[in-house]
Amino acid sequence: MIDAHNLTKMFRDKKRGEIRAADDITFRVAPGQIYGLLGANGAGKTTTLRMLATLLTPTGGSATVAGFDVVREPQKVRANVGFLAASTALYGRLTAREMIAYFGKLNGLADAEIRVRTKRLADELDMHEFLDRRCDKFSTGMKQKTSIARTLIHDPAVMIFDEPTLGLDVMTARAIVKFVRECRDRGKTVIYSTHVMSEVEKLCDTVGIIHGGKLLAEGTLPALRASHGEQDMEEIFVKVVGGEDTK
Amino acid sequence: MNWNNIITVYLKELKDSLRDRRTLLSTIIIPTLVMPLLFFTFGAVMMKIDRQARAETPTVMVLGGDDSPAVVARLKQDTRIRVVPAVSDWKQQISDKKVRAAVMIPEGFESGLKSGATATVTIYNYTGESKSRLGVEQVERIFRELSAVTVEARLGARGVPVALTKPFEISRANVAPPEKVGGNIVGGFIPYIIIILCFTGAMYPAMDLTAGEKERGTMETLLCSPVARGDIVVGKFLMVLTASIATMVLSLVSMALTFVLGGSYFAAKMGGAKAAAGATAQMGGVIPIIDPLGVFGAFAMILPVAVLFSAVIFTVALFAKSYKEAQSYVAPMIFVVLLPAMIGIAPGIELNLTLSLVPILNLSLVCKEMLSGVWHWNYIAIIFGSSCVYAAAALALAVRMFNREDVIFRA
Repeated sequence: MIDAHNLTKMFRDKKRGEIRAADDITFRVAPGQIYGLLGANGAGKTTTLRMLATLLTPTGGSATVAGFDVVREPQKVRANVGFLAASTALYGRLTAREMIAYFGKLNGLADAEIRVRTKRLADELDMHEFLDRRCDKFSTGMKQKTSIARTLIHDPAVMIFDEPTLGLDVMTARAIVKFVRECRDRGKTVIYSTHVMSEVEKLCDTVGIIHGGKLLAEGTLPALRASHGEQDMEEIFVKVVGGEDTK
Repeated sequence: MNWNNIITVYLKELKDSLRDRRTLLSTIIIPTLVMPLLFFTFGAVMMKIDRQARAETPTVMVLGGDDSPAVVARLKQDTRIRVVPAVSDWKQQISDKKVRAAVMIPEGFESGLKSGATATVTIYNYTGESKSRLGVEQVERIFRELSAVTVEARLGARGVPVALTKPFEISRANVAPPEKVGGNIVGGFIPYIIIILCFTGAMYPAMDLTAGEKERGTMETLLCSPVARGDIVVGKFLMVLTASIATMVLSLVSMALTFVLGGSYFAAKMGGAKAAAGATAQMGGVIPIIDPLGVFGAFAMILPVAVLFSAVIFTVALFAKSYKEAQSYVAPMIFVVLLPAMIGIAPGIELNLTLSLVPILNLSLVCKEMLSGVWHWNYIAIIFGSSCVYAAAALALAVRMFNREDVIFRA
């Protein structure tokens, strides 16, 4: 479960002054549900997700993830979260097995448990061929599989995906989308940020449209279509953010 | 603090660093090989130049001396030099290294020797040029011998024994223990080297583990784990400290072995078989003896300073967005370290209460004392204590910076 209430993050910039990267954001994601956070670049998606993953501290508001407060219990939150972003890279000089084991250990798992879980993940993700090769020699697909295994090694209840398909080829992106769906099917709470409309249509149970740090619209896909009188997600998005010229 | 997590982070960083060619090069290979390479290359080149210079009979021009035929003939007959005809541009010839030296024999020199007069023989040379120096040495030797013979002849003519001109001899004898003498000679130099090595050893890993990770995108991955930020800092910091100490120890061992083995090798080469036989005995003179306890003392004192360096470089590099940016911040810091380390070498500067609180300089001064076998426990305690305080403050600052999201996610 993710529960965000009036979540706000302000940054100070020497040139631009005070920036409200996330402004009074409230939403809830239930287990077994995918919540899509849809927004353009700079809309506040990454800031919101980083606050939920406790990488950033909110300036205002509150949030609980898997029942733990992001400000008061950040370590417990992280122990229950799998965070996968385009910016979360792998250690190039470690093998995939070492990478997964490292994060297993950091999550407090015993060596025997790590071995069992690594085998299971390698089976599921078809990783055995490259499990003992160094990550810096991997293709994009191999890297993504290793990253997924890294996020899943501690079997977290909540999965946070921040534009995970950014810059990936079609086949790798499809594999990620499939994996996100599987997370939902296993009963995990999933939040997924993207600016790709088709991904939202394929994946999300509920969609939140974020723009300028504010959550402007929220609802299931049918509800959004009904309330905005549009079938196409892109048209709905443009209407919500206030027209073509809005950046 | 969770030591399990700290050790996990440390071991991962150690493994990662040992697989990194750049870290291996800067922490292990260069510190181990640089001194022997420098020493043997430089030594071999110097030996070759010296051998060539000695093999050559220096050419010398005799200026004047028309009324001193016996002296000129003596110079010409001497095989240690080769007298060449004097030319008007003899100064130019010496500057152009065509002639090694010229000797000016004053008018009436030879008759003056007989009559008991005093005269001045001037040798012209190219100061700083080694072959010219060797030529001058030979000419001086010949004239010293002539002087001795003349004195003996003059005294003999008057029936005065030569011993009368030497009423007594002056000799010097060292009473300081050898380690004090050695400590005084190298005591300033060793801490200087240790301080520099400690700093340079920490530089590369500190930048790689902070700015390098940010640049490669693995920092965010690591921060997603439930490990406390303080534990991550300590784990990473221990790796930087390990590299700093490894660089220092490897360099010192390599340096000591190079001096002992290289010194004996070159002594044998330069002096031939006779010197080779006595090489071991000579080592006491070649390699200054230092107090072995002082070496341990110096090592104990350097530890908090190594912590200080590692933590400071770590903090500065953490602020950078990329490895390149970190380099531009960290590289100038070497001058901040060099200055107090160099002041410590200067003769005449002794430890006092104020200086014992100045970081780096205090270490340099106390190491100099300890290597000489001098133990001022009050200063040692103050220096160790203050160094620990500075180190703890620097480490606390590193943890604080690591907790600042505007530093970690600096865009």
